[in-house]
Amino acid sequence: MSATLHSILTFVQTWWVELLCAVLIVLVVPLIAGYIVLVERKVMADMQARLGPMRVGPHGLLQPIADALKLLIKEDLIPDAADQFIFWLAPVLSMTAALTSMGAVAFGPWFQVARDINIGLLFVVGVSALGPFGIVLGGWASNNHYSIIGALRSTAQLISYETTAGFALVSGFLLAGTLNVRSIVETQRADHAWYIFLAPVGFFTYLIASIAETNRAPFDLPEAESELVAGYMTEYSGFRWSLYFLAEYANMIVVASVGTTLFLGGWLRPFPNVHWLGWLDAAPTLLLVAVAAYCVFRAGKQPARVQSLLMWAVAFACFVVAIIFALTGPFGHPRLRFMHDGLYGAFWFLLKVSAYIYLFMWLRFTLPRFRFDQLMRLGWHILIPLALVNVVGVGVALALTSEFGLNRWLAMVFTTLATLGIAMLLLRWNDKYSAAASAALLADSPIVEDSRAG
Amino acid sequence: MLDSVIFYFFAGTAVVSAALMVTRRNAIHSAVFLIATLLATAGIFLQLRAEFLFISQIILYVGGIMVLFIFVIMLVRLDVPLPQIRSRMQKWIALFVALAVGVEAGVVIFLARKVPGQGLLIPNPAPAEKLPPNTEELAKGLFGSYLLPFEIASILLLVAMVGAVVMAKKRADAP
Repeated sequence: MSATLHSILTFVQTWWVELLCAVLIVLVVPLIAGYIVLVERKVMADMQARLGPMRVGPHGLLQPIADALKLLIKEDLIPDAADQFIFWLAPVLSMTAALTSMGAVAFGPWFQVARDINIGLLFVVGVSALGPFGIVLGGWASNNHYSIIGALRSTAQLISYETTAGFALVSGFLLAGTLNVRSIVETQRADHAWYIFLAPVGFFTYLIASIAETNRAPFDLPEAESELVAGYMTEYSGFRWSLYFLAEYANMIVVASVGTTLFLGGWLRPFPNVHWLGWLDAAPTLLLVAVAAYCVFRAGKQPARVQSLLMWAVAFACFVVAIIFALTGPFGHPRLRFMHDGLYGAFWFLLKVSAYIYLFMWLRFTLPRFRFDQLMRLGWHILIPLALVNVVGVGVALALTSEFGLNRWLAMVFTTLATLGIAMLLLRWNDKYSAAASAALLADSPIVEDSRAG
Repeated sequence: MLDSVIFYFFAGTAVVSAALMVTRRNAIHSAVFLIATLLATAGIFLQLRAEFLFISQIILYVGGIMVLFIFVIMLVRLDVPLPQIRSRMQKWIALFVALAVGVEAGVVIFLARKVPGQGLLIPNPAPAEKLPPNTEELAKGLFGSYLLPFEIASILLLVAMVGAVVMAKKRADAP
């Protein structure tokens, strides 16, 4: 017995950082997902000149917790005609895939569960590709027409856009020459460039494909509420529903992390090799102090005493974290400098991921939803050919650099321009084709004929 | 100790879900258990330090082919039995094929015990920690020594794909 205990203790002592990260992912990601929802509602309100949630807590700061409690105590409904086992399995599958794939994501140089796996980012992409099963099986098990249409739409969309995302990632992998998360980031430091600048076409195809893969507007056809009620989630309620919801937001974090790691320099500071820009490391401290100051400023204006107290608490928390950053920063205490890489790396990584997710929200509130045939045409006629041409372009550029000693930047600019030229040709050809196709489609449509007759 | 626990976990999952996959009446349930089998096999690959094989099994078989399977099962009503496909000979053919595969596997295992260096047992295997990275080795093999077969295989796949598209495409003059 004591031998078992001893071996468990040794295990914990060897792997405590990884275990801590795993526990943190499972515990904190749902909370973060809740707060992303709050931020999304606030950003939406801001763009539509409203206030957004304001009632629960100061400026609605406790809204996610109230929502979570409400979902937990709701009645858990399973339709009689549903397939019980798969109805139970599907949301669990979605959530498990999302959380497991986070295991290989490096949130900064310190915080990563699976450290030195050779396949790195491929693991993240591959395991998160299991998420669609949750959607498809859930839609099927609900035994509901809206659900199954949503599920079928989602499968078709994911198959189409996963190909694009895969090719976009290949262009980045070619530049990095490795799949390992750490090596990818360190290669970007050594190359003096984030790969968004070396392979812009790859980044933008990945961006579009990642929005489509997370089923977000303008690609949210699987759950288009004006057509399908709630798509595959129609029959789900309470905690099962919230599992789906959390999986969606966790997947957003996953795709944003993959994009950040491969194209936006991971946890590197902007210009990590330029010494006189070292003052950029003061950014986290200044940002947190600014947030704390704003909270103090707003605390006096809260209507209730509890709310202003909470505001003070938030300000205090921000201030404490700011002090930690200041102490471990470049002007901090030399004995605390060993924490610098981990903490500042995590800050820059999370900042980039947040910017990526903010872009998702921005697009959601700006663009109207695609029609399904438009979605398919964009995927198969434009994005997949473009991503393929881009892979060939990056390969040619790498061959030019290594075989003929051409300047790397020159080769990349040249191939990017060539790829964009081919993209223009594709667009013009597609316009011609799609005009003819939609004319043929409209000619057959009974609705159009009716409106003509009327 | 831990290694064998992990191996028997994956192997057991694979065998049990394979049996369940064959015995389920509902086609979607079968598909779910097939996914479980494939994932468990991927786990064994991972335990053998074949990371790239592990992830390509997940991406290709589970993430690609099984999604298409489920898609097709949902579109086609499989709960209606298809009498034209089922013949009375089917049971006997299945029995024969199963017996043949079983005998073959038995012979291979039996011979492998007799002749060292052949069959399943590898003499003096290298320790797993000292193996070179799986992804790089596979790439060197595929794009180095076996480049021509690799390209021929990809052209074959491309031809099959184009053929499938041509066969599935409706003629413009068809009704």
